[in-house]
Amino acid sequence: MSDSRIEVRKTYKLYIGGMFPRSESGRTFVVSDERGAFLANVALASRKDVRDAVAAARRAQSRWAGATAYNRGQVLYRIAEMLEDRRAQFVELVVLSEAVSARIARACVDTAVDRLVWYAGWADKFAQVAGSSNPVAGPYFNFSIPEATGVVAVLAPQASSLLGLVSVVAPAVVTGNAVVVVASELRPLPAVTLAEVLASSDLPGGVVNLLTGRVGELSPVLAAHRDVDAMDLCGAPAALATDLERAAATNVKRVLRPPLAEPDWMELPTPSRMLAFVETKTVWHPIGI
Amino acid sequence: MLGPMTWDYAPAPESRAIVELRPSYGLFIDGEFIDPLDGTSFKTVNPADEEVLAEVTAAGPRDVDRAVAAARRAQVEVWGPMSGAERAKYLFRVARILQERARELAVLESLDNGKPIRESRDIDVPLAAAYFFYYAGWADKLGYAGFGSDPPPLGVAGQVIPWNFPLLMAAWKLAPALATGNTSVLKPAETTPLSALLLAEICQQADLPPGVVNVITGAGATGEALVTHSGIDKVAFTGSTEVGKGIQRALAGTRKRLTLELGGKGANVVFDDAPLDEAVEGIVNGIFFNQGHVCCAGSRLLVQESIASEVVDRLKRRLATLRLGDPLDKNTDIGAINSAEQLDKINDLAATGEQEGAQRWAPSCTLPGRGFWFPPTVFTGVSPSYRIAREEIFGPVLSVLTFRTPEEAVMKANNVPYGLSAGIWTEKGSRILWMAGQMRAGVVWANTFNRFDPASPFGGYRESGFGREGGRHGLEAYLDV
Repeated sequence: MSDSRIEVRKTYKLYIGGMFPRSESGRTFVVSDERGAFLANVALASRKDVRDAVAAARRAQSRWAGATAYNRGQVLYRIAEMLEDRRAQFVELVVLSEAVSARIARACVDTAVDRLVWYAGWADKFAQVAGSSNPVAGPYFNFSIPEATGVVAVLAPQASSLLGLVSVVAPAVVTGNAVVVVASELRPLPAVTLAEVLASSDLPGGVVNLLTGRVGELSPVLAAHRDVDAMDLCGAPAALATDLERAAATNVKRVLRPPLAEPDWMELPTPSRMLAFVETKTVWHPIGI
Repeated sequence: MLGPMTWDYAPAPESRAIVELRPSYGLFIDGEFIDPLDGTSFKTVNPADEEVLAEVTAAGPRDVDRAVAAARRAQVEVWGPMSGAERAKYLFRVARILQERARELAVLESLDNGKPIRESRDIDVPLAAAYFFYYAGWADKLGYAGFGSDPPPLGVAGQVIPWNFPLLMAAWKLAPALATGNTSVLKPAETTPLSALLLAEICQQADLPPGVVNVITGAGATGEALVTHSGIDKVAFTGSTEVGKGIQRALAGTRKRLTLELGGKGANVVFDDAPLDEAVEGIVNGIFFNQGHVCCAGSRLLVQESIASEVVDRLKRRLATLRLGDPLDKNTDIGAINSAEQLDKINDLAATGEQEGAQRWAPSCTLPGRGFWFPPTVFTGVSPSYRIAREEIFGPVLSVLTFRTPEEAVMKANNVPYGLSAGIWTEKGSRILWMAGQMRAGVVWANTFNRFDPASPFGGYRESGFGREGGRHGLEAYLDV
C-alpha cells in the first residue's frame, strides 16, 4: 500500500523573520540534480525580499545580542539536536544536491551537527578569549570586550550545500549577529530544509534569514545596503567579488573576502570566522572612593 | 585709588630655539634623506602666523616605488629574520630618544600643527614614547598574544596618517607594525610633515636598519600612489571617512589587508546625577582639546533635560576663561586651526547650524590677525537632524542636545553613521556599565573623555572604521593571522 502512495511534496520557500514566505515577486526557479532531473521549484528571491530580510535581521539583532551568552549557546546546541534528529533526511538531500555518495553525505551531515555543537560551546567563551582588561596609566578600570557587528550578509559556499552553510552561519550568529544568507545557487534544498530546523530550535525569528535565488542578483543589493554592517563573501563568484567589495565600502562594511578555493569544510575550524564579525569595545570605568 | 584689578597672564612662550629647522627636506628612504626622483616641493606653514617653516618634498610615483622597494628589501633581508628580542631593543631605543628629545618634538609639533604647547608637551610626545615602549615589549612575546605560537608579519605596510596628532599617529602606526616584524612606508599629512621627518632622524640616531622606516611626504596623490602600490601588503589609514571609503574601494579585489580609523561624531552623555564640575571639564576636554581636531571628539553634548540650562551656563562660564592664542605660550588652551582649508570647512558647517535654527554662542575673545583661528563655539537648541548634529566638523564646535530618559539618550547617541567614541557622566556605576553596553562605539569613557593609553585598544564601529590600534588587539592588524 505504501508503495503506491502519492507523496506530499514540499514547497521550497524563503525564511524571513521566522516565517516562510514565497518570494514577493512570485518567481521560482527550477532546481535539478546533477543529471538534470527535476528536484523542485524553489523561490527566486528578489531585491525586495533582500530588503525585507535585512529589516527582519535588524529587528531581531539587538535582542539576540542581548540574550545571555549561555542562552545563545543553548539555542545553538538545540539546533544541533534538531539537525541530529533529521540526519536521514539531510543525507538524502545532500546526496541529491551534491551528487556525492551516501557515505560522504553522512559525513557532511554528522560534521555539520558536530560543528554546531562546537560553536555552541563558544557562545560563552569567545569574549574571554577575545577580550581583555588593560592596565592603563590612570585610575580607570579599562576593559575591552567583543560585541556583535550587527547585521551580516552571508553568501554561503556554492559547493558544500549543508556543511559549508552551517560552517559560515554558526560563527556569525553565535556572537550575537543576525544574518541574511544567500544559499548555494544551484544546491539550495538543504538550506531551505535547514531553515525548518532553525524554526524549530528556539532561535528567535529574524536571527537567521535565508534567501534562495541568483547570487548575482541578490548579492549586489546586500553589498550596497546601508543597514548591513558586514559581509561574508565566501560563496561569491570570482567575477563578482571585487565589485561587491567595492560596493561594501558604501558604509564601511567589514568584508570577509572569498577564499581562493572553497575550503575543506570537514576540517576543524579556528575561531577566526567568529572573530571576523565582532567589534572590540573598550570602556574606561572610573575608580575612586 | 587703585584702578580696576586685572589678572591677565603674562606671556609665557616656550622657546623655539630648541628646534633647528632645515630650509628644505628630502624624502627619508632606505635610511637616508634623499632628493626625489619625480617629486615636487611644497611649503609647510605655521598655522598660527602663516610663516613658512620649510620646503618639503611631495613624493612622486617613482619615489613611492623606491620607498616600497627599500621597505621590502629591509623586511625580507633584515627586519623579518631578526629575532623579536633584537627588534624590541631598537624600538626601546626609539622610545628613549623620543623622551630625550621630547621638548624639541613638542615645540616642532606646535609650530607645524598649531596645537598648544601644553598639549604637545604633556600628551602627544609622552604618549608617542609610551606607544613605542609598549609595543617594543611585545616584539619578543608575540607567541603569547593569542595569535598562534609564531605569528608571521604581513610584510610591508603603507601607513597614511592625519594632521591632528602628527607624531602620535606616526607612533600608533609604526610601533605595532615594527614590533611584529613589518617594515613601513609612512606618509604624514601634507600640512604637518615635520615631526615625522624628525622621527626619521631619530630612527637614524637609533641606528634602525635602513629601509625599516621610510617617510615619504606629500599630499593626496602621494598617499594614493602608496596605498594602491602593488608592492605593499597592508594599508593602515587614519583620516576622514570619505577618504577611507575611497581606500576601501581601491583595495577591493586585492589581497592587501586594511585597517581604517575614520571620522566620528561622539556623544558625551551627561546625566542629572553627574559630578557637574568634573563633567564641565570633561565636556571642554571632549570638544576643545586640540581645537576639536580629534576624530573621537565629544562633539555632541547630550545632557539630561532637568540640568541642561545649568550645565550650559556653567559651560559658558568655563569657556570664557579659556585662553586662545600663541600655541607656544604655556598658558594657551586653544591654539590655531591647522589650515585655511580646515577653517573654511568649520566656518561652512557652523553657518549651517545657524541657518537650520540653532543658537550660536562663543565667548568674546580676540582672534589674532594672522593665522587660522576659530573661537570655541557652542550651539544650543540643536535638533538631531541638523547637519551640525550629524556631520563631523573637526573643529572647536559643540552641539548641545537634550534627553529625558536613558533610553532616549542611547537612541540619540547611536543615531549617526559613526561609532568611534562616547562619554557617560553619572555617579552610578551600574548605569555606566549599562550605558557602555548600549553605545555603538569603539571607545566609551565614563566620567572622563579623550584619554589614551598604549594598552587600551582604540578604533571604531560602523563608518568610523575597522581594526584596533593599541593593546594586544592592535597587534592583529599587522599579523598574518
